[in-house]
Amino acid sequence: MSVIATPARQSTGGTSARTINRIVIYGLLALFALFYLMPLFVMLVTSFKTMEEIQNGNMLALPQAPTFEPWAKAWGETCVGLTCAGIKGYFWNSIKMVVPAVLISTLLGALNGYVLTKWRFRGHTLVFGLMLFACFIPFQSVLLPMATILGSLGRFGVTLRNATGFSFGLGNPTVNLVFVHVVYGLGFTTLFFRNYYEAFPTELIKAAQVDGASFFQIFRRIMLPNSMPIFVVTVIYQFTNIWNDFLFASAYAGTGDAMPMTVALNNVVNTSTGVVEYNVNMAAAMIAALPTLLVYVVAGRYFVRGLMAGAVKG
Amino acid sequence: MSTVAETNIKPTPEHGTRPGASIRSRLQDALPKIVLAPSFAITVVFVYGFILWTVYLSFTNSKTFPSYAITGSRAYQRLWRWTFESDPPSSWYTSITNMGIFGFLYIFICLALGLFLAILLDQKIRGEGMLRPIYLYPMALSFIVTGVAWKWFLDPGLGLEQTLHQWGWTSFHFDWIKNKDFVIYTVVIAGVWQASGFIMAMFLAGLRGIDGEIMKAAQIDGATTFQLYRRIVIPLLRPVFLSAFIVLAHLAIKSYDLVVALTSGGPGGSAWLPSNFMYEYTFKRNEMAVGSASAVIMLMTITAIIVPYLYSELRERPR
Repeated sequence: MSVIATPARQSTGGTSARTINRIVIYGLLALFALFYLMPLFVMLVTSFKTMEEIQNGNMLALPQAPTFEPWAKAWGETCVGLTCAGIKGYFWNSIKMVVPAVLISTLLGALNGYVLTKWRFRGHTLVFGLMLFACFIPFQSVLLPMATILGSLGRFGVTLRNATGFSFGLGNPTVNLVFVHVVYGLGFTTLFFRNYYEAFPTELIKAAQVDGASFFQIFRRIMLPNSMPIFVVTVIYQFTNIWNDFLFASAYAGTGDAMPMTVALNNVVNTSTGVVEYNVNMAAAMIAALPTLLVYVVAGRYFVRGLMAGAVKG
Repeated sequence: MSTVAETNIKPTPEHGTRPGASIRSRLQDALPKIVLAPSFAITVVFVYGFILWTVYLSFTNSKTFPSYAITGSRAYQRLWRWTFESDPPSSWYTSITNMGIFGFLYIFICLALGLFLAILLDQKIRGEGMLRPIYLYPMALSFIVTGVAWKWFLDPGLGLEQTLHQWGWTSFHFDWIKNKDFVIYTVVIAGVWQASGFIMAMFLAGLRGIDGEIMKAAQIDGATTFQLYRRIVIPLLRPVFLSAFIVLAHLAIKSYDLVVALTSGGPGGSAWLPSNFMYEYTFKRNEMAVGSASAVIMLMTITAIIVPYLYSELRERPR
């Protein structure tokens, strides 16, 4: 592509015009880099300032006496609603929700993709199409029925606990959220694996079949060892989406101790009792953002690939 | 979508099954379908079944609790009436006008900015590897974090306005986030900040996929850089425009968290989008039927955009 700027073809403009051109391009790029970095920078520096410094100083100034106080307070002391024990509990809630939900939905997606490409049956496109459309629905259109079902499952769980002493996870908000995220994540995970396995040579499968390998043997011995990249992409995509979800979290675990991180953060920021501690709010927001940012820094390339695959076309 | 497994090379061992085959081998044949069945059943029940349930509820008189006696299209009639009730504006009128403003600006600016940045980055830029992740990282953040960050940044007493005042530009005034007529534009700013880097990455991938020979040929013919992009590159990027549009449109219609975190709904609900309307009416104002009807309208809007797209993507194309 970028032949436009090859020096050989641009001799007519002269060096000075070219230099100005380059300066403008770099200037614009730098300006936009500032635009994207600014909010994060402000959040970060604010989270290391004292309240006094925030009130009297400049938003963009570096902290004069950096302090970890706000971070410690956000983690262990700040008030979420009426409980003042920091956000650490909610952070773990999110982890407890994300890990099983990601694993289950990814594994199911891998199996679905395998069936939908290598063991096709009549109507496979329709099945896939129906699952794919589920990715795009506004979740508002299923929010209420799901709330009703989860509510009755919860009541059933109470009955069950009274009878047997164990509720089998029914009515537990974290379990509910895992279930919800698996259900509404299946479309995406299936899409990822289906598109990936589509390009996987069918001849290999046929050869293995001739050798007598079974459905699951082929999956385990041939497909899985070759699926590492798409596993990474899918896990990152699901992790980011589920960690960042707010709608389901606030609808099904919006109050109480089981709140995930996003809901807790929103509560911290919108608590209006007493003095608003901006530094603590910013530290809490940073803590909520860190896991996904970390994933992005470590595996940015796979992150982008997942987003692209989520746009249906690769 | 390629059709690798055409009927004749289908690896399913169907042809090996005789009518008298044992249960075991028949089970083997059915295994793929058995594996897929739970996921498919879950989708049918929890997506399509629930959608029908919501549609049903929208035709009832449900308030705080669902009621299952059909009472006709009253909920829709109310929404319809509210659609034109602009003085004083009803929450629904506000929500759909906001959706129009937000949807149009968000999609348009993201596409324009994304394409612009992609073209700039494609000029053999030194440090591209450093700039790209900077443009893209907001996509990794949750809307809640984005909302918190921008709420701070746009707050007249703390953020940008205050900073510029301190630098001596005391006449600078920027209180959109507190102004009911402009608050929706702050949602656009934060939304664009979050998604435009990703759109840039989509366009950049598209640009890199263009055959360099075409470009060279055009340059030899004396095309200026501007002409080159207008006449050749941008038309070639049409599929990317379509994908990007689909991504942005469905993100826009689903936007909910950003409005909550950035504006808490805005002064008097002035920043609501239909998704916020649905949530408030269903869970807070005990107007379940109205909430469901608004959800159905959202769904129909998305369906009108997505279904033709999916259909064209999934259609079995002759190779």
